[in-house]
Amino acid sequence: MSKYTEDDLREELKTKEYEYGFYTDIESETFAKGLNEDVVRAISKKKNEPQWMTDWRIEAFRVWEQMEEPEWANVHYEKPKFQDIAYYSAPKEKPKLNSLDEVDPELLDTFKRLGISLDEQKKLANVAVDIVMDSVSVATTFKKTLGEKGIIFMPISEAIQEHPELVKKYLGTVVPTKDNFYAALNSAVFSDGSFCYIPKGVRCPMELSTYFRINEGGTGQFERTLVVADKGSYVSYLEGCTAPSRDENQLHAAVVELVAMDDAEIKYSTVQNWYPGNAEGKGGVYNFVTKRGICENNAKISWTQVETGSAVTWKYPSCILKGNNSVGEFYSIAVTNNHQQADTGTKMIHLGKNTKSTIISKGISAGHSQNSYRGLVQINSRAENARNFSQCDSLLMGNACGAHTFPYIEVKNKSAQIEHEATTSKIGEDQLFYCNQRGIDTEKAIALIVNGFSKEVLNKLPMEFAVEAQKLLEISLEGSVG
Amino acid sequence: MLKIENLQASINDKSILKGLNLEVKAGEVHAIMGPNGAGKSTLANIIAGKEEYEVTNGTIELNGEDIRELAPEERAHNGVFLSFQYPVEIPGVSVTNFIKTAINETRKAKGLEDMPAKDMLKMIREKSELLEIDRKFLSRSLNEGFSGGEKKRNEIFQMAMLEPKLAILDETDSGLDIDALRIVANGVNKLKSKDNAVIVITHYQRLLDYIVPDFVHVLHNGKIVKSGDASLALELEAKGYDWIKQELV
Ligand SMILES: Nc1ncnc2c1ncn2[C@@H]1O[C@H](COP(=O)(O)OP(=O)(O)OP(=O)(O)O)[C@@H](O)[C@H]1O
Ligand SMILES: [Mg+2]
Repeated sequence: MSKYTEDDLREELKTKEYEYGFYTDIESETFAKGLNEDVVRAISKKKNEPQWMTDWRIEAFRVWEQMEEPEWANVHYEKPKFQDIAYYSAPKEKPKLNSLDEVDPELLDTFKRLGISLDEQKKLANVAVDIVMDSVSVATTFKKTLGEKGIIFMPISEAIQEHPELVKKYLGTVVPTKDNFYAALNSAVFSDGSFCYIPKGVRCPMELSTYFRINEGGTGQFERTLVVADKGSYVSYLEGCTAPSRDENQLHAAVVELVAMDDAEIKYSTVQNWYPGNAEGKGGVYNFVTKRGICENNAKISWTQVETGSAVTWKYPSCILKGNNSVGEFYSIAVTNNHQQADTGTKMIHLGKNTKSTIISKGISAGHSQNSYRGLVQINSRAENARNFSQCDSLLMGNACGAHTFPYIEVKNKSAQIEHEATTSKIGEDQLFYCNQRGIDTEKAIALIVNGFSKEVLNKLPMEFAVEAQKLLEISLEGSVG
Repeated sequence: MLKIENLQASINDKSILKGLNLEVKAGEVHAIMGPNGAGKSTLANIIAGKEEYEVTNGTIELNGEDIRELAPEERAHNGVFLSFQYPVEIPGVSVTNFIKTAINETRKAKGLEDMPAKDMLKMIREKSELLEIDRKFLSRSLNEGFSGGEKKRNEIFQMAMLEPKLAILDETDSGLDIDALRIVANGVNKLKSKDNAVIVITHYQRLLDYIVPDFVHVLHNGKIVKSGDASLALELEAKGYDWIKQELV
């Protein structure tokens, strides 16, 4: 591998800009609305995909056509009109601004309070940035370090070209195309996403997030992520961003697949802050995500998520504990305010012996929102000595919101040990007065109480992200009492 | 420092304070005693600004300023501190984090920067030593699973950290064992100066052996019906409240 220098990176960034120009050109080519086999074929062709990939998409599309959109989630919304969506439109270039002065002051204020650096603010608000030496060298160091360790981390569309054998081997093995309505749709039309491969015995030396946040602009409507941790490897992967993401795409249906081979560990953290819609709940993003990981012997997968955005969220990061002694963890904070609806939870499927899972779910509801936890713990007949501990806590603010817990437990092996705890509490007037009396105003008091409530989960996030997530919780609940 | 005149207050249309007068000057210690349900905690809560209570008449002045319209946190910023009769639990928020937030919010209200971490640590060390609080205790969730006595000691720890102008101790002695009572009282005495004032609400003379009051008031049926010096507390201890109630008829 030839040396990758800062000059190379600068070159690359220049070409990227050119690429934008190129995309803008073909924008007029955006496909007509609607979905059929030709559209799927055309997407694949546009992306220059190999035949196997095209076939895979087509198969997914045929499955999707036969499927019905699920009804069972505890959420109510106007169904997206699937024939009313344009399935191939190149990333629209947002208007480039010349300085931060041109950015919506409200947005800037939020950035500031989140503690996002000036450079990053510019990037997020799409302000033209001169290449800043600092971030260039950081990115270069990242690329170099990853390269030296043999770690592959790139857009999945590139991986399909450059590492087809890996992608072909693992894509759809954890979330099969026919898994569910949204997964099938995603498989047929996914636009882009990330691919990550950690070779045997390699411990990824950095949170893949940092790199991600510097390098990736926005996220697509149908994202596809595939993370493969080979035997004995470790990776911590961070997805999302605390900065509020506004998006004209109402429907988001991502798929994330994790493969943890023998003795490997994957830590996958998400902070999601899609636009939740205005205070009346209009215009927010519908977020329907399928996330699942598979653990081989002695492997471990931890999902940690902080969800504050979206009008409607439907999301169940899951673990298939296939190998003996494998471990699955799910730590979640879901905040709903105003008219948001969230139906989230996890599925822990115990197949191997001595498998262990832990579920800690913290739901915070305010305003007129509805927050549901839906979890499945399934112990299969051959899973000797499986153990699960689940804890679902709900915190209510005010009288108009709702919290619901739906734990499903299926045990087919008598040696299983399962514990489930659930609590519901309310931020009390007495707690608020106590804080007020100590000089802490109500807004801050709520933040303090909510952070205390969420602590077990916040503690699982990488340090830097935890601080941002904490501020995000604060901002999400602003104005919810009083 | 504090001047209350003809204070009348009610909750849910039930009248509790019925024309109460009290004046506390800087450097003074006042004890308020009185039978259960007399309105002592109500008075403390109203001074601190609890909004459930409706002040129907009278004035409350702090350093010459009418504070009736101030939010509880603003009163706290002005130096009012209430040691609660029943401190509440805040799960997941450590004692340290809580007091740090309280101090910095108060500083912010005064236009000051956050207290530097080094100073904060030093202060925490000093005050926890003063009150003989184990450092491990400070990392526990606020009041969660604390024993009755631990809760009270923690209230006084917060008072020591916040250095209020006017401290109201609502039955801080109840729940404290004999040694803890001495330690806490000692702490309160160390914090006393000519610039601040303390109101001690208690049922027992015992605490007043340590924190010697300049004035003792008897609150009965929403009013202060008798005031005197420290000897009044001894008299009450010996005779109970009946004789006062009879004097009133
Ligand atoms: N929220 C409320 N609703 C109805 N009555 C109330 C409420 N809060 C207090 N009271 C009543 O007001 C009266 C005074 O209560 P307060 O707590 O001030 O008494 P106290 O003097 O502190 O008594 P103790 O010595 O038992 O602590 C009591 O009769 C009490 O029941
Ligand atoms: Mg009382």
